[in-house]
Amino acid sequence: MIVLDVLQNRKATVFVQRIGTRDLRLDTSGGICCATVWWNSACEISDTDNELTNEVGGYEHVVVLVHCRVVDGEIIETLQKLPRGTVPGDFLDAIVVGMDMMIKKFGPTSKGKKRLCLITNAQDPIKEPYEGKKEDQVDTIAAQMNAHGMKLESIIVRGRLSLDADKGIMDENDFLLNRFSKKTCAKTVYVESPTSLLGAIRTRNIAPVSIFRGDLELSPKMKIKVWVYKKTSEEKFPTLKKYSDKAPPTDKFATHEIKVDYEYKRVEDPTKVVPPEQRIKGYRYGPQVVPISPAEWDAVKFKPEKSVKLLGFTNASNIMRHYYMKDVSIFIAEPGNAKATLAISALVRAMKEMNKVAILRCVFKQGQSNVVVGALTPNPSNLENIPDSFYFNVLPFAEDVREFQFPSFSNFPPSLQPNERQQEAADNLVMRLDLAPPGKEEALQPDFTPNPVLERFYRVLELKSKKPDAHVPALDQTLNRITEPDSELLSQNKQVIGEFSKQFELKENPKIKKSSRRLWSEKSLSSHMNEVEGAGDVSDNQAVLSIKSESSGKVDKVGNLTPVEDFEAMMARRDSAEWVNKAIKDMKNLIFDLVENSYEGNTYQKALNCLLALRKGCILEQEPKQFNDFLLHLCKFCSEKYLSSFCKFLASKQMMLISKTEAADSDVTDEEARSFLVKTEPALE
Amino acid sequence: MDLDPEDLFRDDDDDPENEFYQERDYGKEMVVYLVDASPKMFNSVSISEDQKEESHFHIAVSCISQSLKTQIINRSYDEVAICFFNTREKKNLQDLNGVFVFNVPEREYLDRPTAMLVKEFACIEETFMKEIGSQYGIISGSRENSLYNAVWVAQALLRKGSAKTVDKRILLFTDEDDPFGSITGATKKDMIRTTLQRAKDAQDLGISIELLPLSRKDEEFNVSLLYADLIGLEGNTLTQFITSAGEKLEDMKDQLRKRMFKKRKIKRITFSIADGISIEVNTYALIRPTLPGTITWLDSVTNLPLKTERSFICADTGALVQEPAKRFQSYKSENIKFSSEELAEIKRVSTGHLRLLGFKPLSCLKDYHNLRPSTFIFPSDEEIIGSTCTFIALHRSMLRLRRYAIAFYGSSTHSQMVALVAQDEITNSSGQVEPPGMHMIYLPYSDDIRPIEEQFMDANSMTPRATDDQIKKATALLKRVDLKDFSVCQFANPALQRHYAILQALALDEDEMPELNDETIPDEQGMSRQGVVNALEEFKVSVYGENYDQEEADSITAKTEASKKRKATAENAAKESANYDWAELAENGKLSYLTVVELKRYLTAHNLPVSGKKDDLIGRILNHLGKK
Repeated sequence: MIVLDVLQNRKATVFVQRIGTRDLRLDTSGGICCATVWWNSACEISDTDNELTNEVGGYEHVVVLVHCRVVDGEIIETLQKLPRGTVPGDFLDAIVVGMDMMIKKFGPTSKGKKRLCLITNAQDPIKEPYEGKKEDQVDTIAAQMNAHGMKLESIIVRGRLSLDADKGIMDENDFLLNRFSKKTCAKTVYVESPTSLLGAIRTRNIAPVSIFRGDLELSPKMKIKVWVYKKTSEEKFPTLKKYSDKAPPTDKFATHEIKVDYEYKRVEDPTKVVPPEQRIKGYRYGPQVVPISPAEWDAVKFKPEKSVKLLGFTNASNIMRHYYMKDVSIFIAEPGNAKATLAISALVRAMKEMNKVAILRCVFKQGQSNVVVGALTPNPSNLENIPDSFYFNVLPFAEDVREFQFPSFSNFPPSLQPNERQQEAADNLVMRLDLAPPGKEEALQPDFTPNPVLERFYRVLELKSKKPDAHVPALDQTLNRITEPDSELLSQNKQVIGEFSKQFELKENPKIKKSSRRLWSEKSLSSHMNEVEGAGDVSDNQAVLSIKSESSGKVDKVGNLTPVEDFEAMMARRDSAEWVNKAIKDMKNLIFDLVENSYEGNTYQKALNCLLALRKGCILEQEPKQFNDFLLHLCKFCSEKYLSSFCKFLASKQMMLISKTEAADSDVTDEEARSFLVKTEPALE
Repeated sequence: MDLDPEDLFRDDDDDPENEFYQERDYGKEMVVYLVDASPKMFNSVSISEDQKEESHFHIAVSCISQSLKTQIINRSYDEVAICFFNTREKKNLQDLNGVFVFNVPEREYLDRPTAMLVKEFACIEETFMKEIGSQYGIISGSRENSLYNAVWVAQALLRKGSAKTVDKRILLFTDEDDPFGSITGATKKDMIRTTLQRAKDAQDLGISIELLPLSRKDEEFNVSLLYADLIGLEGNTLTQFITSAGEKLEDMKDQLRKRMFKKRKIKRITFSIADGISIEVNTYALIRPTLPGTITWLDSVTNLPLKTERSFICADTGALVQEPAKRFQSYKSENIKFSSEELAEIKRVSTGHLRLLGFKPLSCLKDYHNLRPSTFIFPSDEEIIGSTCTFIALHRSMLRLRRYAIAFYGSSTHSQMVALVAQDEITNSSGQVEPPGMHMIYLPYSDDIRPIEEQFMDANSMTPRATDDQIKKATALLKRVDLKDFSVCQFANPALQRHYAILQALALDEDEMPELNDETIPDEQGMSRQGVVNALEEFKVSVYGENYDQEEADSITAKTEASKKRKATAENAAKESANYDWAELAENGKLSYLTVVELKRYLTAHNLPVSGKKDDLIGRILNHLGKK
């Protein structure tokens, strides 16, 4: 049940999209009922349209838009056309109307599953009740809600626009809503931006399933009954089914599904198919694969007993934040067990006060293949009707940590250390680019930030259901706030950012110009992204390689300007084995040209550099013969063409053939390699 | 671009986490361990603090042995050779004096480690003197140069494979900082020159030489005498190459162990701070769960490996199809189709790098803001000069102001909002404990966080809260059971250790399964100390009251009464069910003639679940009778 304040119209549509599409996913399984009550209506015809007014009267400006039913496409459309209201309404009236609908529809059933979600800015005054005070009215409503096992979730949207609202009225409304929290199962959250509103709305309430119920053993004699749940768990991108277009278009009942069949064949003899039950697991141990049957494995494997045991307490500072390994669990005392609740509460408060954490060894399930060791951190509750609890984070084992050594920052040369003014600019940036300014909503709180990818998927799903060939639209403003810096925050701090960029000079390293095109500036990146579209797997580790080869891939011949760089780039190309040969061939031709066209040896140095590059390349590629033959040929050529000065030049630079020690395929010994020039040019020595 | 052969078989729908946890190495690694075996290495080093006496040789060998054991499980495609120099005997391809390459049958000198190698090497010290022997290789009056020979042998071993795809390393363990100290004059100069040239040649071939010096307390290992030139240290790197004189043997082992690891980055990314200011950082996986090695399916008859072939069959027509490019999702009882390009486009919400969104005080980072292991980032000036300086400035500001950064880490498969937490360097006597840099913590979205606390909100009453006295008792307990020097990851993973040990035993055909102790078991002795027991008891009484155990026992008896009742019904049912001939009923398909109540009698009597529809019950009975 959603109770919606339409003065928030713009934001409401955002929200409607979310609620609609998310729940629609469940339409096959059914079960979710949604009704929408809205008020502040300006529509003259249906200004007031709800059963309660029809029956008893008095609930004005409240319109029931959609009666309780399973979410469908129609609701989304109705909601999207929601007009903006102009008449201030009374949220208590709206709650009462909503509650009435739910009671009428479900009666006393579905306790705990009935949820009223109130979205309002709570800026408009509440009418004085006919009798008693407003607080009493709240109490009466709360008692009714408790009796029917109904929960209230109020999301109060107060953007920067709310500044001109009447403070007194807002405070009174806040007071009334908070009273709900005290008297019933109600939660009130405040949001300021459309992004947080989107995140704050819980579309799907997963019924929590405990992962452990049993004793938290402080010692064999002192145990506390606890239940353990997941606190965070990643909501994955849905797995889509594979689509088959084989069924004839006339077949209305075609499932279009694809079944995947697995067959197991011997590697050596692919004609032999092995039935699945004839397989056995083999574990790699070096080059050996050790076959172990499940029964054998069962007999010897590690079998811990189901238990949760305390290892001890330690200072919170001993457990650094980055050691948390996984999603987080929560430990609460067994519900309804007052003694366990007290024990947990005492420990939570004591640990909080002393800044300690508890180290636990946990085996949550019997038959679990391993133990987990983790840290229990206190989570004291500041609401009277919510019990204290612990968060549990898994810590790494010795095997999970790689102790790489990194240089100390203080050991870096002064040129890499920031000076005073640079440090000041950085300090200012860190202070001013503030996402949690005092007195304002903390931006991008995980609890109020939706997953932009999922959100986008459901929107595209909705879009495609209407227009099957629709393109994927760009991220809208609301989601952009998650993936990109807030432009407002940036423009407020233009000066700080300007100073920062002035203080720190960043430039591309000229030595590796070619590959550094990568991701350097925004522009080249986006153009690059277009180039590799489809294959653009930037997250992949190979991305670095692939992009490097993309850019160096431009080199397809050894030019005269930067021959060594071109050669190396071509040798590095991995898209085809041909490049190596081509690079070597090009390089040989170039060296010949250089030597042949030299004027009093003016190109000898360049030729030598090329020759050295070629030599290195041939060793790396294990092509010693190519180089050796070429060098011998070159020297022969030179001595014949009166260019023996080049051979002399080479000898003075200790040019050698590639010997057997350098490349296995070479048939030249070390001695021969060193002395070949002496042999070819005996006259000159 | 190189195509990873394994990539071809990967389903594109694979869990992206797999990719995340898998450490994709750029290529394999070839390592030659070059261990000095001169008599000096065998002098035992006694250090007053620990009573143990160990020789440098022992330390080096045990470090290598340890690393072989991890390698055979985790990186078994990497190749190793173990080579001693300054030995009495010689064994190497070039037949050079004073160099001995250690090996076991069925294995080349430089090859993947085998179970046999691991086992034999673990006890090399027992046979070393007899079979290999130790002797100084560089002595005045002879032109022998064992160091030169050793580098040459190592280089020759590393000849195979292209340096571009394989990481080639020589790890040199020695405690002699001046190997040519006993030589004088021109011979010395000449020997140094040729040795350096040999090392340089090796490096030119893409082989890196790394030095693992073993030093004594009284004499520091002086790198500048020879090795700085040999391994190519200069300027800054030289000052970073600290060889702290080992104060404790354990520390020295630690240092060796850390250095033997090749530092592998995951990838280089661009960290964009604001428009036009982007720096370059490398990411490293310092913490990732180690999983037991991959499983290979074998044919149980022949023990030969199997390969899996996948075929796609159209469910409507039964036709064999190619892997389709389209996917669909049912929505509003319609099938909405997506092409893989569209799906990729949906997932690409940001360009592939790290983008700063702003800063928050550290108190905003809650304990439940976590999903996966963190990733470490460290600056690099390789492509963008000035990155390190900018990074250090931000790092210092964040530490000083106690703030962390929020950033968006875009990737094509798994974009995520992250927290960047600055970590200052922490060192102790064994060297660096925490490297300086930032840790990237993957934050959950609101979709990932569950409001568990609210589920247990009590509408009608206040939940019990501990009184000050109870908190005081708890505090006393905390003080008693304090793990003073607890360090994260001090425990070995018991399941993994056992897994490795079993594999090793089976691979070597050993009959006995090794016993391993589980380090994660609570310290029962410590817990039974009088002070702890008293503190626990006081805490227990204060929160549970005096007679808790009695009450518990009572409630258990109450429970057993309930279970007695259950037992009685089961007996009753057994009696009743004995009246039927179940086998015959099942045989003739007459079970469905019975009522649900009758069917349940059988199930109760045999301690089977009684839930479900009639068909389920019948199915369960048939199953139990073995008729299905």
